[in-house]
Amino acid sequence: MTFFKVNNLKVYYPIRGGIFRRVVNHVKAVDNINFELKRGETYALVGESGCGKTTTGRTVVGLTKATSGEVIFNNLDLTKCNRKQIRETRREIQMVFQDPYSSLNPKKTVYDIVAEPLRNFENLSKSEEREQVEYFMWKVGMSRDSLFKYPHQFSGGQRQRVGIARALTLKPKIIIADEPVSALDASVQAQVLNFMQDIQEEFGLTYLFISHDLGIVRHMCNRIGIMYKGKFVEEGTREDIYENPQHIYTRRLIASIPELDTDQHQNSELLRKNIEEEYQKENDKYFNEDGSVMDLKPVSDTHFAALR
Amino acid sequence: MSNDDILLQVEDLTTSFRIDDQYYPANDHINLDVYENEIVAIVGESGCGKSAFGHSIMGMHSQEQTKISGKIHFKGADLLSYSNTQLNKVRGKEISMIFQDPLTALNPLMIVGKQIEEGMKYHTKLSKNKRKQKAIEILSEVKIPQPERVYSQYPHELSGGMRQRIVIAIAIACEPSLIIADEPTTALDVTIQARIIDLLKELKRRMKTSIILITHDLGVVSEMADRIAVMYTGEFVEIGETKNFLKNPLHPYSKSLLHSLPSKNNQGEKLHVIKGVVPSLNHLQRQGCRFKPRMSGTDDSIHEETPTLREVEKGHWVRCTCYKHFQIDNHNQVVEGEKDDVFQGQ
Ligand SMILES: Nc1ncnc2c1ncn2[C@@H]1O[C@H](COP(=O)(O)OP(=O)(O)OP(=O)(O)O)[C@@H](O)[C@H]1O
Ligand SMILES: Nc1ncnc2c1ncn2[C@@H]1O[C@H](COP(=O)(O)OP(=O)(O)O)[C@@H](O)[C@H]1O
Ligand code: SF4
Ligand SMILES: [Mg+2]
Ligand SMILES: [Mg+2]
Repeated sequence: MTFFKVNNLKVYYPIRGGIFRRVVNHVKAVDNINFELKRGETYALVGESGCGKTTTGRTVVGLTKATSGEVIFNNLDLTKCNRKQIRETRREIQMVFQDPYSSLNPKKTVYDIVAEPLRNFENLSKSEEREQVEYFMWKVGMSRDSLFKYPHQFSGGQRQRVGIARALTLKPKIIIADEPVSALDASVQAQVLNFMQDIQEEFGLTYLFISHDLGIVRHMCNRIGIMYKGKFVEEGTREDIYENPQHIYTRRLIASIPELDTDQHQNSELLRKNIEEEYQKENDKYFNEDGSVMDLKPVSDTHFAALR
Repeated sequence: MSNDDILLQVEDLTTSFRIDDQYYPANDHINLDVYENEIVAIVGESGCGKSAFGHSIMGMHSQEQTKISGKIHFKGADLLSYSNTQLNKVRGKEISMIFQDPLTALNPLMIVGKQIEEGMKYHTKLSKNKRKQKAIEILSEVKIPQPERVYSQYPHELSGGMRQRIVIAIAIACEPSLIIADEPTTALDVTIQARIIDLLKELKRRMKTSIILITHDLGVVSEMADRIAVMYTGEFVEIGETKNFLKNPLHPYSKSLLHSLPSKNNQGEKLHVIKGVVPSLNHLQRQGCRFKPRMSGTDDSIHEETPTLREVEKGHWVRCTCYKHFQIDNHNQVVEGEKDDVFQGQ
């Protein structure tokens, strides 16, 4: 049985114009993508700003409506099932948002923020609720006296932990983590990443990990999908992508990771130059005449790339 | 490097901000030399005082909210003694700044070509035509395709990477000898970041400009900087050549930072975490070692009252009395070192 699968997903945003605000065109934010999540794995969606990562995540949790395609979970298509079914399945897929500074309601206490999903989905007594909230706040390493403070009284890393505690309260199966550490400093980043690994093991979570940081993705993820302008250009295991990248766009992304080892700098500068030249010159090997991405072809059992 | 090659000499610089009628130093008795044709990186976590340092050199702090003392020698004069008129002659001509967010740094209502010409208008006697010609040259210098066309475009018509190139073009328009780049690539995608890094390095090679690179990204530092200065709560805790620093970081804070980064070498390991948080300005304990609350298992008997920045090998400075005692192993865990190895000072 498939655990979770996205089939031919499209999400188009209308562009309106003219005096009647008619739809004149569409932004194809997500344009026909397919991927599967295996239970307990961490799957990364990687790509540059605007390539459709967040839109994919939001559609999976139901915050954005799919234009077409299927999101299959528990053998149900989440894009088509009825309200009650949606309610039941939605609680199993939770999202942690990109920006810990704006994603928490500033007027609510941390307690109310974390308790909110419980109030929406479960009929708990006050004391049961309190017990649950305290438990998850303790799990994310926040002290009891932080419960009745407001988000602005916390650091970015602490806020991101509150966001994670909130996502955990309903004991979901899948967590969509949208750039969960991009806004954080290195040492706080380390803290949140370690912690995400710990709770993954403890709660048997599956992560859809959205990021543009290939260093972090290598550290965290088993499988990776590389997105470019709403489409996948490559998909594979960590080894496939980092040791044997096929698409020029993937190679370009990997070559862009700043190299800590100073002995490698001349190499990496040269490599970047060569890739850039190939990107300009051999464009037709990787893209159709109209600049669109080709269809994915298998490279191996686990590895797919959009090549001619 | 000799003393003759020093371009900027910061001496005992203290910059304090007012919080509820009291002043708290965000930079505390800072000393730093910047040589000609050199990239020095200022590294540290959010709030440690990196931008405050850059703004002090540029004379950008509000006078009501800030107190500054010390000296900033630049080409034989002390910038801190300069009047605003005198500073305006230096800013944008001799020293210029690149900001983190290209959108806020650009005027949305002015075509980019004119924005590049602003500085030339103020600082040079070039004719209108010459200025335009020069602006277009600079646009191609920062690798903007079709510079003539882009000259008449507005910022919103350009991508994030192009906008940051425009900001760089404005900064180099008058061929300054010093550029202060405050997180110049933080807001950009990695592929664009890589190209901006290569561009800044090339400009430095060609124009012999010095750059103070402010960033929290050690990967960027490694790719760009000749030297690195690590800041923690408003003080430098380690200064050294980039290569040497990355191979052999000495201060516990530097070591911890490097081990908190995911890399090829620590795959499958838990990342190193520094305990506690960076204290805010008005809660900072200024007596003793400022990093001590973030360390576990330090031995009071081997600590100096207040560690000073000392040169422990040529060109490598560290503010820690017992750095040899602190090691992090391959599993990113702290291990206890040998006590006799403890550095005893001069
Ligand atoms: N509500 C919306 N209405 C119209 N267009 C939108 C909307 N949300 C996103 N878009 C557009 O859809 C595309 C994909 O956006 P998305 O937020 O998914 O990108 P992303 O990959 O998450 O980028 P980033 O790395 O910057 O977060 C972009 O072109 C964006 O401008
Ligand atoms: N105008 C200001 N008024 C009061 N405090 C300030 C002001 N600007 C910065 N600070 C404080 O000074 C410290 C250093 O800030 P900053 O130089 O911006 O840090 P960085 O650039 O390293 O992130 C921080 O604690 C910050 O909150
Ligand atoms: S002086 Fe002591 S407390 Fe301070 S950084 Fe060094 S080892 Fe840590
Ligand atoms: Mg996004
Ligand atoms: Mg700053």
